Amino acid sequence: MPEYRRDHIEHYVAPIEETPLQATDKVAEDVQPLSLWAEAWHNLRRQPLFIIASVLILLIVVVALLPGLFTQTEPNANCQLANSDGGPAPGHPLGFTVQGCDVYARLIYGTQASLTVGIFATLGALLVGGVLGAIAGFHGGWLDSVIARIGDVFFALPLILGAIIIMQLPFFRENRNVWTVVITLVVFGWPQVARITRGAVISVRNADFVTAARSLGVSRAAALVRHVIPNALAPVIVVATVNLGIFIVAEATLSFLGIGLPPAVMSWGNDISAAQVSLRSNPSTLLWPAAALSVTVLSFIMLGDALRDALDPKARKR
Amino acid sequence: MTLIQELNSTEPLLEIRDLAITFSSSTGDVPAVRNAHLTVMPGETVAIVGESGSGKSTTALAAIGLLPGNGRVTGGRILFAGEDLTQAGPKRIMELRGNSIGMVPQDPMSSLNPVWKIGAQIKETLRANGLPSGPGDVAQVLAEAGLPDAERRARQFPHEFSGGMRQRALIAIGLSCRPRLLIADEPTSALDVTVQRQILDHLENMTADLGTAVLLITHDLGLAAERARKVVVMYKGQVVESGSAQEILTNPRHPYTKRLVEAAPSLSSRRIQSARAAGIDSADLLAPVAEAAAAADNVIEVQDLTKVFKLRTGFGKSTDFTAVDGVSFAIKRGTTTAVVGESGSGKSTVARMVLNLETPTSGRILFDGVETAGLSRGELLKFRRRVQPIFQDPYGSLDPMYNIFRTIEEPLRVHKIGDSRSREAKVRKLLDQVALPASVMRRFPNELSGGQRQRIAIARALALDPEVVICDEAVSALDVLVQDQILNLLADLQQELGLSYLFITHDLAVVRQIADHVCVMDKGRLVETGSTDSVFASPRQDYTRALLAAIPGARLELPPEVA
Amino acid sequence: MTWYVARRFLQMIPVFFGATFMVYFLVFSLPGDPIQALFGDRAVNPTVAAELREQYNLDQPFLVQYFLYLKNLVTFNLGNDFSGRPVAEVLAQVFPVTIRLAILALLFEAVFGIIFGVIAGLRKGRFFDGTVLIASLVLIAVPIFVLGFVLQYVVGVKLGWAKPTVGAQAGWSDLILPAVVLGLVSLAYVIRLTRTSIIENMNADYVRTATAKGLSRPRVVVVHILRNSMIPVVTFLGADLGALMGGAIVTEGIFNVPGVGQRLYQSVLRGEGPTIVSIVSVLILVYILANLVVDVLYAWLDPRIRYA
Repeated sequence: MPEYRRDHIEHYVAPIEETPLQATDKVAEDVQPLSLWAEAWHNLRRQPLFIIASVLILLIVVVALLPGLFTQTEPNANCQLANSDGGPAPGHPLGFTVQGCDVYARLIYGTQASLTVGIFATLGALLVGGVLGAIAGFHGGWLDSVIARIGDVFFALPLILGAIIIMQLPFFRENRNVWTVVITLVVFGWPQVARITRGAVISVRNADFVTAARSLGVSRAAALVRHVIPNALAPVIVVATVNLGIFIVAEATLSFLGIGLPPAVMSWGNDISAAQVSLRSNPSTLLWPAAALSVTVLSFIMLGDALRDALDPKARKR
Repeated sequence: MTLIQELNSTEPLLEIRDLAITFSSSTGDVPAVRNAHLTVMPGETVAIVGESGSGKSTTALAAIGLLPGNGRVTGGRILFAGEDLTQAGPKRIMELRGNSIGMVPQDPMSSLNPVWKIGAQIKETLRANGLPSGPGDVAQVLAEAGLPDAERRARQFPHEFSGGMRQRALIAIGLSCRPRLLIADEPTSALDVTVQRQILDHLENMTADLGTAVLLITHDLGLAAERARKVVVMYKGQVVESGSAQEILTNPRHPYTKRLVEAAPSLSSRRIQSARAAGIDSADLLAPVAEAAAAADNVIEVQDLTKVFKLRTGFGKSTDFTAVDGVSFAIKRGTTTAVVGESGSGKSTVARMVLNLETPTSGRILFDGVETAGLSRGELLKFRRRVQPIFQDPYGSLDPMYNIFRTIEEPLRVHKIGDSRSREAKVRKLLDQVALPASVMRRFPNELSGGQRQRIAIARALALDPEVVICDEAVSALDVLVQDQILNLLADLQQELGLSYLFITHDLAVVRQIADHVCVMDKGRLVETGSTDSVFASPRQDYTRALLAAIPGARLELPPEVA
Repeated sequence: MTWYVARRFLQMIPVFFGATFMVYFLVFSLPGDPIQALFGDRAVNPTVAAELREQYNLDQPFLVQYFLYLKNLVTFNLGNDFSGRPVAEVLAQVFPVTIRLAILALLFEAVFGIIFGVIAGLRKGRFFDGTVLIASLVLIAVPIFVLGFVLQYVVGVKLGWAKPTVGAQAGWSDLILPAVVLGLVSLAYVIRLTRTSIIENMNADYVRTATAKGLSRPRVVVVHILRNSMIPVVTFLGADLGALMGGAIVTEGIFNVPGVGQRLYQSVLRGEGPTIVSIVSVLILVYILANLVVDVLYAWLDPRIRYA
């Protein structure tokens, strides 16, 4: 290196009191243990999105389980056509439907159906999609390709279309109830869960701690169950939570098309569908169940969003 | 001012005084840098040395206005040619970037836009700084970078370049507009060892020709002393010592600097070499003296090991990729054998085969005289008890869902050793051996630092009382002082427990400190093997010589012992 | 690059066969009389039944049936619907309408989705971003038909800016309101995807290099951040085209648009099996082709993929 100057370079040393030397790599001993889930919970608790969503969901679950707490009126008992499309009256805060039933009571009792469909469809999709996705991701190779192609086949049929086809099968046409709707939703909802699970499993299976477990003597299957899956859960939980909301909307859309829950079952979707005719005269009969539906779905999707942010690995401190 | 005039002036080009930088996070403001000060004269190369978290990158990047979004300068001044950059507006900073202050980033893999051609990225640099940007100009920039066939290269995408080539391109981009100051942020940390020296030489030549001052950021004190005239040592956000490179190395005064000088592998390795040459035993040497181990038997023998992978290249077609080609070596009981090579040399594949995680295509591996291929399940389990690994990435080798106790206890459970009470006692004992407090048992990996996690990994590896530990780049991802701690720990454990180590690494300097025997691998082949003393003193192969020459600090003059 | 495209094409072939097979299977070969199923709830008309039997080759072994059906599909020999019109003719009439609707919806969601997503991403954490996020959540949560009704009422009836129902003459401008409704949910997804992509790329190393080179901020944003962020968004948009065609059922129902969705819905109500199967099969084909185009587009946008 050419020396262009010969000036003296000052040797500066910082005062020791200002720059004390600490022990290398010392463990802080007085801290509470904090697992990843605990850390996520810690972050979640302070997020307004999470708090609002949880409160709403709690409320909705309580309404579904104990409708009697919220309304004394029997929803289908006193439907008098005379009251058809009536506005609010004492004891009937939200007015009457086309058939003269109490809107508010139907709203409360309708929670059950929508929530049941949402929860069971999500569980079903989780089971089918999660297992297939985990196997595909962990095993790789031909099994992965086969499962991916099968998933593609189901992706090729959008939910509504697929539901239409399934619903016109004789078995489904005759037995329209909550469970047939759940099955339909699971059949077209599992590929998405499978895709997410597969991605999560693939990203975890190459981690060093999995290799370390194998070199300890843990078998492949045990490594999958004990190490890979617990670490792959986070994105799956997020997608399941969001799916809950989406399935509830889907059920409403199917009911609107007339291929969802049978009219005998009280659900928001059916109420909205039935209220179409009175849209011009008394829009509130449609808007109230629509609002209830939207709020429910919104709270699940918000919860999913909050969970995704809290469990985001990039946000974790190292 | 002409270049010569500028270079001879006594006005500093860059002067940082009392700089304070704060980061705002969700938990409040965190001071990252305090009272930082340094001076760079025109044409001078100054190195900032520190570990992670020392604030070295932050300080340097503040000069070019590249603090991350949540960082801001909260005090002090940055004077560039007399102008205070902390008071300058964004427009002025933008004007200065490129043609007054340039930057070479750390990671060549991610620092170039993958969807634009290299030529386009160079052209936009020239154009943005008001320089001619025709195809000829772009080609010239690439040629200066030392890239042959510049016109063709300009039409290629970054992913078609190797790591070293990309870094050359980045250096060329950084210098293309002839800045007066170049900030080089760990420019070679992400590159292979032999490429590092070439790139640094190239950088040195170009900046000398252009008269560019360089602010070199590095964690390696040996590298800093070799390449820079002045060294600034930073610790926890503050400048603790600065002075000429020679002075810092021979006469460090601050306790932190002293520790760095002691622990830096490149310096240690130089000291050991000097000591050996002078016939003295060096205090830096961690490996036990070779003669005692001469009588020991071979605990692991690798004979003619070969591994061929099939890569899919087209429809139904695949080519063979030979990762390991006819490698043979032996590990004597109670000693450390290092396998050294750059990326792609096959050293990790060898480790995986020794651990029985991959099956060799041909060749044999003998453990204690018994072949490790074709073992039954029960025998395999017993084998695993006796050979255990430690991996490179401390952030990936511990299951985040398991607390420390479960992590260390897992091997005991899998092999059904003892009952829950004796296992807990064993875990405590292991934690003690790796110098961690027992309270760490209930904690989780995400709460611990890299060095602490690596110690947990060591504890886990020792849980089964193995005879051989395979360290696959076990210290490569750690800071210098922490690395030194871990290496010392490993040496102590070897003494205490009579362990044999297979140490995989790319860093020959570390090898000098810890290994008795060395095997040098290049592109799957074993190039040279022998005792560490003989390989270092008289390497026989050109590749080995190149590796040795690549250790930073090769040109430094160091006395045998630096207190 | 050609290898990549060829491989994707080959992967799609089993998907095509699988999907059409599944549809065919579900409609024609479950236990029970398929002809009865085709008639739905009505009584079986013997002459029509015989015609159908011949038309659908129902006395042949199942797989042969399926391949003959595929052959017919490819040659557009799709049989007749219950009122005697050739299904192919029906489709030729309704597909263009839905295609126009889908294209308008795609334009709407692309333009507004990208603009809002980019601004939200660049101003992460600030007011605009928060508002956009909440709005996108609401769009996903509220069922499309509710949105449809509300917009139809407010824009069509109250404000009179557009025709509330479309009817037979479905010109481009008439389809704007239905297209907006159709694209609303996808709009939310595009906004979120764009935003996430922008945020990821904003902090990328190569963006820092670009800034360090002395490029102006606008140039860094457009040439570097935006260009790279568009890749996942464009691929989503491409795949969405297929989904839009299917999802148009609800929208066409609300606005009385004479498109594929409405025809499909009518067929469902009438229990017109053959038409359903034909329409769905064509939609599957469209979806698969759209995906192929998306794959090629992706390779063009991201040079790294070309060598995969």
